[in-house]
Amino acid sequence: METLGAFSLLLALCLAAYAFLASVIGGWKEKPFLAESARRAVYGVFVMLTAASAILVYALMTSDFRFAYVAERSNRAMPAVYKFAAWWGGQEGSLLLWSWMLSLYAAIVAWTNRARHRRLMPWVIAVLAFTQTFFCLLNVFVEPPFQMLAVGRGVTSVADGNGLNPLLQYWLMAIHPPALYLGFVGFVVPFAFAFASLLTREPGEAWIATTRRWSLVTWGFLSIGIMLGQGWAYAVLGWGGYWGWDPVENASLLPWITGTAFLHSVMMQEKKGMMKVWNMVLISATYFLCIFGTFLTRSGIVSSVHAFAQSSLGSWFVGFLAVSIAVTVFLILRRLDFLKSESHLESVLSRESSFLFNNLLLLASCFAVLWGTLFPVLTEALVGEKITVGAPFFNKVNIPIGLALLLLTGVGPLIAWRRSSWESLKRAFRWPVLAMGLTMAALLAFGVRHFYALVSLGLCAFVAATVVMEFYKGARSIAARNQMNFLRATVELTHRNTRRYGGYLVHMGIVLMFIGYTGSAFNKDTTEEVKIGSHFRIGAYELHVKEVTDGSNPNYSWQRAVIAVHRNGEYAGDLRPERRVYAASQQPTSEVAIRRRLNEDLYLNFASMSQSDPEAAIIQAYVFPLVSWIWIGFYVLLFGTVVCLIPSKVKYAYPKTQVVGVYERQPEAAQ
Amino acid sequence: MKTYVRFGVLVAAILGTLAWLAASGIRESKTYYKTISELKSMPQSEAGKRVRVTGDVVAGSIRREGAAVRFQICEKERGTTLNVVYTGKDPLPDTFRDEAQAMADGKLAPDGTFHASSIAAKCPSKYEAAPGKAAPQPLNPGPSRSSL
Repeated sequence: METLGAFSLLLALCLAAYAFLASVIGGWKEKPFLAESARRAVYGVFVMLTAASAILVYALMTSDFRFAYVAERSNRAMPAVYKFAAWWGGQEGSLLLWSWMLSLYAAIVAWTNRARHRRLMPWVIAVLAFTQTFFCLLNVFVEPPFQMLAVGRGVTSVADGNGLNPLLQYWLMAIHPPALYLGFVGFVVPFAFAFASLLTREPGEAWIATTRRWSLVTWGFLSIGIMLGQGWAYAVLGWGGYWGWDPVENASLLPWITGTAFLHSVMMQEKKGMMKVWNMVLISATYFLCIFGTFLTRSGIVSSVHAFAQSSLGSWFVGFLAVSIAVTVFLILRRLDFLKSESHLESVLSRESSFLFNNLLLLASCFAVLWGTLFPVLTEALVGEKITVGAPFFNKVNIPIGLALLLLTGVGPLIAWRRSSWESLKRAFRWPVLAMGLTMAALLAFGVRHFYALVSLGLCAFVAATVVMEFYKGARSIAARNQMNFLRATVELTHRNTRRYGGYLVHMGIVLMFIGYTGSAFNKDTTEEVKIGSHFRIGAYELHVKEVTDGSNPNYSWQRAVIAVHRNGEYAGDLRPERRVYAASQQPTSEVAIRRRLNEDLYLNFASMSQSDPEAAIIQAYVFPLVSWIWIGFYVLLFGTVVCLIPSKVKYAYPKTQVVGVYERQPEAAQ
Repeated sequence: MKTYVRFGVLVAAILGTLAWLAASGIRESKTYYKTISELKSMPQSEAGKRVRVTGDVVAGSIRREGAAVRFQICEKERGTTLNVVYTGKDPLPDTFRDEAQAMADGKLAPDGTFHASSIAAKCPSKYEAAPGKAAPQPLNPGPSRSSL
C-alpha cells in the first residue's frame, strides 16, 4: 500500500511538471491542444494526490503502525476524529495536505474556466503547475510521508504510536491548519491570474473581476484560520491570551495584512484605473508572503514555540521564492508601460487618498511585523549577535496603526471620490463625531483614564455611527418609495449592492473585535494557594474551592478542582478547571474553566496542588473584560464576507474617469 | 503639485512617528540570545542586559516555592548548568517539565541566579505545536493589576 502511495506522489509530480511545460509551450506557441492537455494533466494531479492522501488517511484511521508517520502521530486511544486530524499533525502529512489543497484549487480553476479567458488560461495553469511541481518535489524527495519503520531489510511495526500532541487534541486546533491552508494556498489563484494577464497584456478588468471572488473567499479562510488560532490559544494554553506575536502567528498575519490592502486598493483600480502597478505588487507580495509564512513555520530559522526538526526544507523554499520573486519583478518592470494609471490623485481629502492611507498604514504594519519577526536573523547576520524583540515592540507600533485604520474605516466610505470639501465632510460626520465625543466623555466620567482605551472606544462609536447612518439612510428611502417595512427595506438595500453593504457589515465586525481587544487594557489576575474548603476574591467574584477529585481513562489521567463561583454575593454555578497527563506522551495539559459572559470572562486555571501543603491547590484566576466581543465580532465579519460574495441584484457599471482628449483654447488674435 | 506635496508631508509624518515608536519599542524589549556559557562569562558591564537563555531542564530540579518556581537548566554540549528562578504571574507552559528544552527571558542577578520574567518550553519532537509560552509582559506592570 505504501508503494501505491509513493507511486501516486511520483506520478503527481510528473503530471504537474508536464502541465507546466505543456501550458508554457502551448501558450507561447499558441497550440490549443497542448494547452488543453495541460488542463487535463491538472485534473490528473488532483486524482493522484487524492489517492495518496486517501492511503495515508486510511493508514491513520486503521492505526497501521508499520508506517513511520502513523507511529509518530497517532495512537490507539485517540478518538477517531483526531486520528484523521493526524493527517496534518506532522511535517510530511501537512505538506501532503498543502499539495492536495493546491491540486483541488487548480482543478476547480481549470474546470470553471474551461470555456473562458482562452488567451489567459494557459499561463494561469502554468503558474499553478509551477507551484504544484515545487510542492510535489517536496512530497516525493524531501519529506516523503510513506516511510516505513524498518529493521534490517524488513518492515517492522510498533504496538502503539506516540499519538498527537495532546495540546492539539482540541477541536479548534484540529481544524486550524486546514482553514489556514485554504487561505494560504488560495492566494496562488489571484496571483496566477494577475501574472498571466500581465504576461499577455490582457486589460485589467478581466482578471480583477475573476479574481475578486477568489481573493475574498481566500481572505475569508485565512481570517478563519487566524481566529481559530486565537480562540485555541485563549481556551487551551492557560495564560488567557490570544496573541503573543510569536513568529508563526506573525507568519500567518503578514499575508492577511497585504491581502486586506489588496482587497481595498483593487477597488481603486476598478473604479478609477489607478494603482495598477501597486496592485500587481500587492497580490504578488501576498502570495510570496504565504509561501514565506509556510517557510518560516517549518524551517526553524526563527526560534518560536513551535519545535521543528532540522531539515533541508528551508533551502528548498528559499530557492523557490528567489526564482519566483525574480521572475515576477522582471515581468512587472518589463510591463510598466502597460500598467500606467488612468487618473491621478487630486486632493488629500478624497476617497482615493483614504485608500492610499489605508494601504500605507497596512503596509507599514506588515513591514514592522516582518522586520520584528526576522530581527534575530538580521542582527545575527549584521552584528554577529542574536537579538530578539518582543510584544512591547509589536504592540507599540501596531496599536496606533490599528486605531488610525479604524478611523479610516469610518471616514473612507463617506468621503467623496476625487475631491471632498470641508463643508461636505462636516455635514457627513456631525453625528459620528458627536457619538465619539459622548462615548469618550462617558468613559472619562466612569473613571477610565487609559489613553488608548479611550481613543479606541471613541473611534468604535464613530465607525458604528457611520455604518448605522448609511444603513438607515438607504433603508429609509427604499421603505418610503416601495411601501416596505424597515427590516425588509434593509435586506433589499443590502441585496441591491452586496459589495458595499456587505463591506459595512465586515467593518462593523472589526469594530466589535476592537471593542473586545480594548477590554484587555482592564484585565485582572491573581495567583492563589488555597486550602480546600476556603476561598479567595478577584474583582466582583468570590471563589470557593469545594474539592479536588481525580481519575483516569485510557487516553489520560486527570485531577480536577471544583470551584463554586459567587458574583456580587449571588451563587453563579461551579467551574471545574482540570489538569491532565496524557498516557502515551506523558504530556501534561491544563484544561481551563471559563465562565463566558458578554461583559467579561472569568478564567480559572488549576496549576497544581501545592508542594508545601498537600491540602492546598494553586489556582490562577483572571477576569477578562469584553473578550467575548472578539469572537462575536468575528462572526459578524464572516457574515459580512458571505454577504459580499452574494451577487448584487443590480449590476453596476462603474463610470471611470478617462482622459479622452485635451481642448486648448487658441490665444486671441491681437486687436 | 501642491496635492502631492501635502500628501508627501502627511506620509512622512506618519512614517516618522511609526519609526520613532518602533525604535522605542526595540529599546524596551530587545533581548539578547546567549548560551549558558556565554552568560556566565559575560563581563560585569553587561550584567543589566535583558537576555534569553536556552537549556534543557535538569531532571528533578523543578521546585515550587510559593509564588516562585526554581529550576536548573543545563547546556547539553558543555554540561554547564544555570539556576533559574521564575516569579512571573503567568502559568508555566504545559510543555515545561524535566528534560524539556526551556527558554528563559530575564536578567542575571549578581549572585549568579538567573531571574526569569518569562518562560517558554518546547516539546522535543518535530513539527509539533509546543505552545504554552508565558506572556512576555514582564517589565511593564499592566494598568490594572489585581488589587488583592
